[in-house]
Amino acid sequence: MAAEAKIDPMHQFMIAPIGSDQLAASPFQFTNSALWMLIVLVAIVLFMWGGLKRELVPGRWQAAVEMLTGFLDNVTRQSIGPEGRKYLPWVFTAFVFILASNWIGALPFAVVPGAHPFTVTSQFTVTGTMSIISFAIVLGVGFWKHGLHFFSLFVPHGTPLPLKFVVAPIEFVSFLVRPFSLGLRPFIAMFAGHILLEVFGNFVVQGLNAGGPMGYGVSLLAFLFVIFVNALELLVGAIQAFVFALLTALYINDAVNLH
Amino acid sequence: MELASAQVIGAGIAAIGVGAAAAGVGFVFGSFLQGALRNPAAAGGQTGTLYIGFAAAELLGLMAFAVAMIILYAR
Repeated sequence: MAAEAKIDPMHQFMIAPIGSDQLAASPFQFTNSALWMLIVLVAIVLFMWGGLKRELVPGRWQAAVEMLTGFLDNVTRQSIGPEGRKYLPWVFTAFVFILASNWIGALPFAVVPGAHPFTVTSQFTVTGTMSIISFAIVLGVGFWKHGLHFFSLFVPHGTPLPLKFVVAPIEFVSFLVRPFSLGLRPFIAMFAGHILLEVFGNFVVQGLNAGGPMGYGVSLLAFLFVIFVNALELLVGAIQAFVFALLTALYINDAVNLH
Repeated sequence: MELASAQVIGAGIAAIGVGAAAAGVGFVFGSFLQGALRNPAAAGGQTGTLYIGFAAAELLGLMAFAVAMIILYAR
C-alpha cells in the first residue's frame, strides 16, 4: 500500500460471493461469510471429536472438552436451576459458535497471500439471528409453561399498585430491547476490535514506507500495539461469548421461573 | 462547513461516550474487587453478577461507538 493511500477499515467486513461469475449471479450464493462459518463449524466438530474418547483418565484434549462442557453446564445450572439442563444445548451452541468464530477471526490468516479471513460474528445479521433464536426460545418456553400468565413477568412481585402502572411499561420496554442489545454486543466488540487492528496495521506499513527514525519508531510502537490489541481481542472474544451465554441463560430463567 | 468535516467532528464527539463507558466498566470491576478483597469467600459466587454489570456498562459504550461509526460513514 502506498504511504498516502487512504485507510479503509470497512473493506474487511465486505460480504462477497465466492466462485465463478456465473455462480455469483445465481440467487444461491456461497459467500465468504458462509465459507468462514463452515470453517468454524469444522473446527468445532474436530475439537469436540477429539475429546469424545471417553477415557477413564482424560488426556489433555478430553480434559479441555470436559472443562468446556462442565463450565457451561455450571452456567445453566446456576442461573436456571435444576431444569437448566434442557436448555444447555442452545446455550452451549451459542457459546461455542461465538467463541470459535471470534478466535478464528482473530487469527492472522491474512499473512497467507490471497487468503481473505473473515470474522463471522462481525456481522450483525449473524449475531442478531442468534439473539432472535434465544428470544424465540424465551417466548416459546414462557408461553408454553405459563400461558398468558407469562405477562406477569412485567410486574415484579410486591410492587405497590400505583407503581405497577409505571413499572410494567418500563419492564416491557426493557424486555423488547433485550434481543437487540444481546445481538449488538458480540457484533460491536468484534467490529470495533477489527477496525482498530486494521487502522494500526496500516500505521505499521505507513511508518515503514515513510522511513527515517521517526517512521520506524512509529512503526515499532504501532506493531507492539497491534500485538497488545490482538491479545485483548482474544480476551474480549471469550468474554463476549460468555456474556451471550450467561444472558441467554438468565433470560430463559425469567421465562422458566418467572420472577 | 463541509459535510465530511462535520461528520468527522460529530464522530469524534460521539466517541466521548466510549470513554464514559470505560469509567463505568472500571467502576464495576473496581467495586467488585473492593467487595471481593473484604470477603474473598463470597467472591466466587458473584462472578456471574459481575459480568452482567460489566455487560450492561459496556453496552452503552458500544452503542456510542456504533453511533460514531454511523455518523462517520453515513452518506
